Amino acid sequence: MPSVIFLVFRRMRSPLILLIVVYALSVLGFSLIPGVDAQGAPAAPMSFFHAFYFVSYTATTIGFGELPVAFSEAQRMWTTVTIYLSVIGWSYVIFKLFAIAQDSGFRQALASARFERRVRRLAEPFYLICGCGETGGLLLRALDRMNLRCVVLDLSQARIDELDLEDLGSDAITLAGDVRSPQLLEMAGLTHRHCRAVITLTDDDRANLAVCASASLLNPQLPVIARVQSNAIAANMASFGIRHRINPFEKFADYLRLAIQKPGSYRLMDWLLALPGTQLRRVDTLPRGHWLICGHGRFGSAVEERLGEEGTSLRIIEPAAPPEAGAHVLRGIGTEARVLEQAGLRDAAGVVVGTNDDVTNLAIAVTARELNPRAFLVVRQNLVANRRLFEGIDADILMVPSEIIAHECFALLTSPMLDRFLDLVHAQSDEWASALIARLRGIAGERAPHLWSIRIDVEQAPAVLARIGRPDDDTSLGEVMRDPLDREQSLRLVALLRIRHDGQADPLPASDTTLRAGDEILFAGTRTARARLELTMRNANELDYVCTGVDRRGGWLGQRLATMIKAPTVRKSSH
Amino acid sequence: MNLEKVIFGFFIVLAATLNFGFVLGDIGNPAHHHIYELFAAIVVNLIATVLKFGDRTQIGAIHLATSLVADLQLICAASVWAWAAHVAGTGMTADVTSSVVSLSAGALFANVVSVVILIGETLMLRR
Repeated sequence: MPSVIFLVFRRMRSPLILLIVVYALSVLGFSLIPGVDAQGAPAAPMSFFHAFYFVSYTATTIGFGELPVAFSEAQRMWTTVTIYLSVIGWSYVIFKLFAIAQDSGFRQALASARFERRVRRLAEPFYLICGCGETGGLLLRALDRMNLRCVVLDLSQARIDELDLEDLGSDAITLAGDVRSPQLLEMAGLTHRHCRAVITLTDDDRANLAVCASASLLNPQLPVIARVQSNAIAANMASFGIRHRINPFEKFADYLRLAIQKPGSYRLMDWLLALPGTQLRRVDTLPRGHWLICGHGRFGSAVEERLGEEGTSLRIIEPAAPPEAGAHVLRGIGTEARVLEQAGLRDAAGVVVGTNDDVTNLAIAVTARELNPRAFLVVRQNLVANRRLFEGIDADILMVPSEIIAHECFALLTSPMLDRFLDLVHAQSDEWASALIARLRGIAGERAPHLWSIRIDVEQAPAVLARIGRPDDDTSLGEVMRDPLDREQSLRLVALLRIRHDGQADPLPASDTTLRAGDEILFAGTRTARARLELTMRNANELDYVCTGVDRRGGWLGQRLATMIKAPTVRKSSH
Repeated sequence: MNLEKVIFGFFIVLAATLNFGFVLGDIGNPAHHHIYELFAAIVVNLIATVLKFGDRTQIGAIHLATSLVADLQLICAASVWAWAAHVAGTGMTADVTSSVVSLSAGALFANVVSVVILIGETLMLRR
């Protein structure tokens, strides 16, 4: 802020000097020009004090009048000169001030100064989001609902202005700028001690790469999540040590393959990755047979690669296909019914519509539905804003790249253990996944469950840690998962994964698993279950209640009285 | 030969010299201290202060600080004069004059510091 003040002072030098000179000249004139007394006889000129007083209220156009006595004609002449000079002087000053305020360079300096100050004063954990288009906007809103603070950078000032008007729980700290600049990233809190992660979601791969480079060199411990669209840049990011690189097309193609091979696992992953509380989509199993792919860009080729591995028979429709592409590639536009029929739409099991233009996708989808209403329709929706249009065509799977990236980011940020769990899910069988889905359905109904992890340490589970330290009792997982309000009931949650302090993973741990210090457990359940579990983990009395059934409330005095009342019976029985 | 530096130096030195001229003479004798010279010293000091705005170096900061001190002292001196002449009605007695002159002498000290810094800065450049 001081630098901005200095900028203003520097620009205001000539107007201020002009003003001083005008005032000085006016005051000097009045101190030299003879006045008249009450009778009209010539008198001495005004003193400096009276001159300054008169010029002050004349120059600021207040105009009390000719004080202390009526002026002589010479004085009046000088007053006229003073008026014009001083009004010009003040106008120049005010004009210059407005020009400075309007100057875009100045406003940028002001905005940067304010941004830097707000970031420096952050005292809570926050996430740095670079690039806040549709994907960033989704993620920002999701994080805000979890009461997590964000700092946002974006190239376009218009987008930042839009974000400032958003109705968020706690305002995101925003600035427009090029995220490739390391100075901007540092100013935005890359090396801040409360920064929890950097998420870079711009649509320019090279900018994302630049952010990854800066993050890995300036703050190596900081988790980075990057959106990437080309495999070459993804490999480049890997060399910087960035573990989480999200390529929405590859990810979706993977999901599609999973949906064909193991539909149960696919449903489970879809469930766990959805934002908590959202209504779950009905997902049908993908039919096997002949598939059509419209559009052969990155998405189309990723899908082709995955489905081709399955041995699925494919036909690709691509307007810009080179002539040597092969027999299974048709040159043409999918919006024409003739082309679709030529590709075998009437007997196709499914169609994947994946061009990068929403209107084209809608047209192809509508045509395909008309020709073959039973075909399984997978449609790519590029812009989240077009959702109402895409809802109308009733596709079986809607692929929205922004949502995929946002959900993945959200899952990685809020439950880091989920990543490991999903890797394990891949390795398990379909029946295992279906059984887990049934359990989760029993707990959370048709809404996506909340996911959270708890580590058995002094910060998150002090009561449990203390109890584990005692030699007599073993605290088991099942006991802890009982409802602290009624220990006969179990809380509505499922323990998905337990990672022991030595790093060993234990998926779906049994109820009789003994808890040890340093264990980390991933839970899925409702919000109330989470709150009650936290109560059990932190409050020693509640923990004793769920484990032993003895309601040991009250302070030291109450407990002493209770033991005294119990003691006589114990002594009697020991005779 | 930098015109801006000439103007800068001119006003700083002029402020110091006018101030010195005002202060010179018997401290209690109003005849030795002319009001026009005080007026001129105030105006030139204000202009010199404005010229020192906007310099973000350490030297610039000290320049500005000394200028502000000088302005403060000179305006106080003028206020004391105006008070004695108009409000209290006593006119320029010996003790009023000595008050005015001693405040201006304080301003002179600040102006001299500013001139010394200017000299030091110039010698550092050696051109």
